[in-house]
Amino acid sequence: MPRSIQGRLGAAAASGVYGGLALLLAALVGMFEQFAKRPILAPLAGRGEPVTLDLVLLLGGLLVIGYLVARRSAGPDSIAVAKPVPELAAGLAGAAAGLVLALYVLTASRIDLTGILINAKPFLVDFLSLGGGAGPAGLARPVLAGLLLALAGAGLALLPDRWRPGVNRGLMAVVLLGTLQSVLTRQVDWVTQSRRAGGLVAAVVDWVYANKGVAPRGVLAILALALALSVGVRPLRAGLERRFRRLPADQQVRSARLLRGLRVTLLLCLLMWLPLGLGTYPSDVMDTVGIYILMGLGLNIVVGFAGLLDLGYVAFYAIGAYTVAVLTSPASGIGLGFWAALPVALLVSIGFGIVLGIPVLKTHGDYLAIITLGFGEIIRILAISDALKPWLGGARGIQLIPAALRIPLRRFPLVGTMDPQLQQEMYYPILAAVGLALYLAWRLRGSRYGRAWMALREDEEVAEAMGINLVGTKLFAFATGATMAGLGGALFASKVQTIFPASFNLLISINILVLIIVGGMGSIPGVFVGALALVALPELLREFSDFRLLLYGVVLVIMMLNRPEGLWPTAIARRELSSKEAPSA
Amino acid sequence: MLETLQRRRILPARLHITDLIMGVVGLLLVLLIVYGSIRSLAIGKYSGVQWLSFVVAGLVQGSVYALIALGYTLVYGILRMINFAHGEIFMAGAFTTYFLAESIDGRGWLDAHPFLSLIAMMLFAALVSMLVAVMLERIAYRPLRGAPRLIPLITAIGASFFLQYTFRGLYGSGVERYPRAEAFKGDLMLGSLAIPKVDLVVIVSAVVLMLALYFFVQRTKAGMAMRAVSEDKRVAALMGIDVDGVIVMTFGIGGALAGAAGVLYALIFGQVQFFMGFIPGLKAFTAAVLGGIGNIPGAMLGGLFLGIVESVGPFLFLEGLGVPSPNQLKDAIAFTLLVLVLIFRPTGILGERVTKRA
Repeated sequence: MPRSIQGRLGAAAASGVYGGLALLLAALVGMFEQFAKRPILAPLAGRGEPVTLDLVLLLGGLLVIGYLVARRSAGPDSIAVAKPVPELAAGLAGAAAGLVLALYVLTASRIDLTGILINAKPFLVDFLSLGGGAGPAGLARPVLAGLLLALAGAGLALLPDRWRPGVNRGLMAVVLLGTLQSVLTRQVDWVTQSRRAGGLVAAVVDWVYANKGVAPRGVLAILALALALSVGVRPLRAGLERRFRRLPADQQVRSARLLRGLRVTLLLCLLMWLPLGLGTYPSDVMDTVGIYILMGLGLNIVVGFAGLLDLGYVAFYAIGAYTVAVLTSPASGIGLGFWAALPVALLVSIGFGIVLGIPVLKTHGDYLAIITLGFGEIIRILAISDALKPWLGGARGIQLIPAALRIPLRRFPLVGTMDPQLQQEMYYPILAAVGLALYLAWRLRGSRYGRAWMALREDEEVAEAMGINLVGTKLFAFATGATMAGLGGALFASKVQTIFPASFNLLISINILVLIIVGGMGSIPGVFVGALALVALPELLREFSDFRLLLYGVVLVIMMLNRPEGLWPTAIARRELSSKEAPSA
Repeated sequence: MLETLQRRRILPARLHITDLIMGVVGLLLVLLIVYGSIRSLAIGKYSGVQWLSFVVAGLVQGSVYALIALGYTLVYGILRMINFAHGEIFMAGAFTTYFLAESIDGRGWLDAHPFLSLIAMMLFAALVSMLVAVMLERIAYRPLRGAPRLIPLITAIGASFFLQYTFRGLYGSGVERYPRAEAFKGDLMLGSLAIPKVDLVVIVSAVVLMLALYFFVQRTKAGMAMRAVSEDKRVAALMGIDVDGVIVMTFGIGGALAGAAGVLYALIFGQVQFFMGFIPGLKAFTAAVLGGIGNIPGAMLGGLFLGIVESVGPFLFLEGLGVPSPNQLKDAIAFTLLVLVLIFRPTGILGERVTKRA
């Protein structure tokens, strides 16, 4: 008996209610109010107020509800499942979501909730009713808006496959560029002020942005560009590919190698230029991202390759940082230089990696996760305690750690004369460390050890039966991961110059874990994607930082439910996923 | 001799060098603890009554751990998963009930009917936590049943952070002072031992709740269904048990106990905030593992034991070793205990279930 159309419509309405509740929760947590200060779209013809991020998110949320519901009900009817008209389902869902918001408006305008819910301010009533207030208009507007936007979302969902990705990407790019306006314009100002170059970039930026938000012409240009790229690039690429295939085999190899060499060289030049060309604040962000990438590469070996869920990874980071701090800070009286202390820090990290690795050899899965979490906490508690205060400085930490690299004032090619700040100087050792870790991770993955790790991850007993030395393999994973974290810690200590035990809490481990999972477990490019999305973006957008951990939590849950293989999955994960889908279809 | 030990299964059949290292480390730790305890007792800094009051404080703290630990153990017993967000369920009940407590106190009912209002608060907290737990199961865990082991665990970690920061966003990030009834202030003198009245209230409430749970699981039909599902889900389903319903019920009961525990915890410490669930959650997990995870009396015993070790331990083990301000290290003692139990006796005190898990 096929599920009835009515049942399907009921499900659509239920999805709408859930979506509305999610939007309401975001509102009550204070997200919208926080975002109200960031303009995204400039008003038409330059009059009126710009559309701010809060409104974009609310309306975008309603649009997404319609989009998702329509996607689910689109496609041909099958015998088992009768599908309603997608537009109808989407509209119903949107109206239901709007109704949830309207009900909140009705309640909150009559009962004062601020005593309990700190964000249930009058602003929220005004905002969620879309300016309609507590009257009938305030109830009608959200429902109507939900209906219309969900229909628009359905329209988007039903675009032909050829056009849809381009439009989606264009819309996302508009929101992203609008959000980044202040960062981008500040950057462009800095570049144009410090030297004559960059006039063209400045002109483009000026043209795209109005005073506040993306100008209407900018929106159109971005949409057109995104559409052109997604529609135009595919045939272009296919054409190039065809011409490439027609080349003789040896020429194919040679030109591919040449192309790769060219790409790598360009990328390296760009990476070397970035901190000097962009200034201190972006350099600071890049340093942080670099350290996270370094640790992400390390944890990716432990969690992604070997499947050992280590929640106490921050312990090795702390050990690296503290070793360097103790050895170099004048307070302890040893007074080594950074580069003399670094090998010691790495050795100590490896040592701890093995020492903490031995006890967990016999444990698996979640027990391993909890033990490593325990280790991480023990190390932090010890660092903060009075017992080790003479050496580690207790809660006050260790000060005056020297920088790893000092660049004197001088002229730089392409940049001009400048006096690099600490954040810009530290970028280079961090870049070198990331390069090294990347090379190591990449070479290890294909090596005998890498394959042993993956065998271990899939099935420990079978791996052992195939002659893999479990003890050595696991300890090697822990030690490699620990080394990279230790290196990250050492660079971090040298970058911030003062370390406190509070900088080494569990959240760091979670942060790194989230970025690996978002990127795709075991995927090396995934680490970079994850770090850019989860570290760089929140660093640049300060008002997100209040909701950073909340969003991390949501991201973890949603990724696990819908896309456990990550944004940039490894080839194996992709293959497994497609083979899993194939037989069931 | 080695072979006899191996044949009698006292030692594993294949000894690795790492087993040896771990054995030596374990032995050294035991020696260190014994040495520290003897020194501490020899110094005689604390009198017998003081030691006794440490034990009482530990029992109080431990009874709260035990209540939370029951939630871990119930869920583990049925789904074989660690509900990492359980500490946040505990926080949700306690934090939400703060507003009820405030309004009860504002009307003067808290002092007039201390026990009635305590019961009302515990019921309310239990209800809130139960709702959060059931919703969590429905939204985050149910779709992942049968997924590889790490996936539900990672989901649970995500849910834990989500709940923490959602409640921070809803109720604010400040530390709120929990009102305490006049009747619960002051000490009760037992000879020269002064026991705070709050402590008695907490212990009695915890014991009542644990007994209620024990009878529920052992003597009621629903409890029998729970035990059946924990034995074998498929066979239970064949016997006509609604497995999904039982799982929801398990989350609900675990959540309710955690909520009630939250009120007791707030009663002891007099304050609540959004981060309050994390450390007690970890400790309670330790307690559950200590008693043998999946084992209900084990969780109760483990909680009480952990509470006592944590409150007596710093003064007994560390004072004698000359560690300054040993009380700072009580969390480290709890986590060390967790690590040791997981390594040397992963089945816990009462557990006998094979814990070979991937």
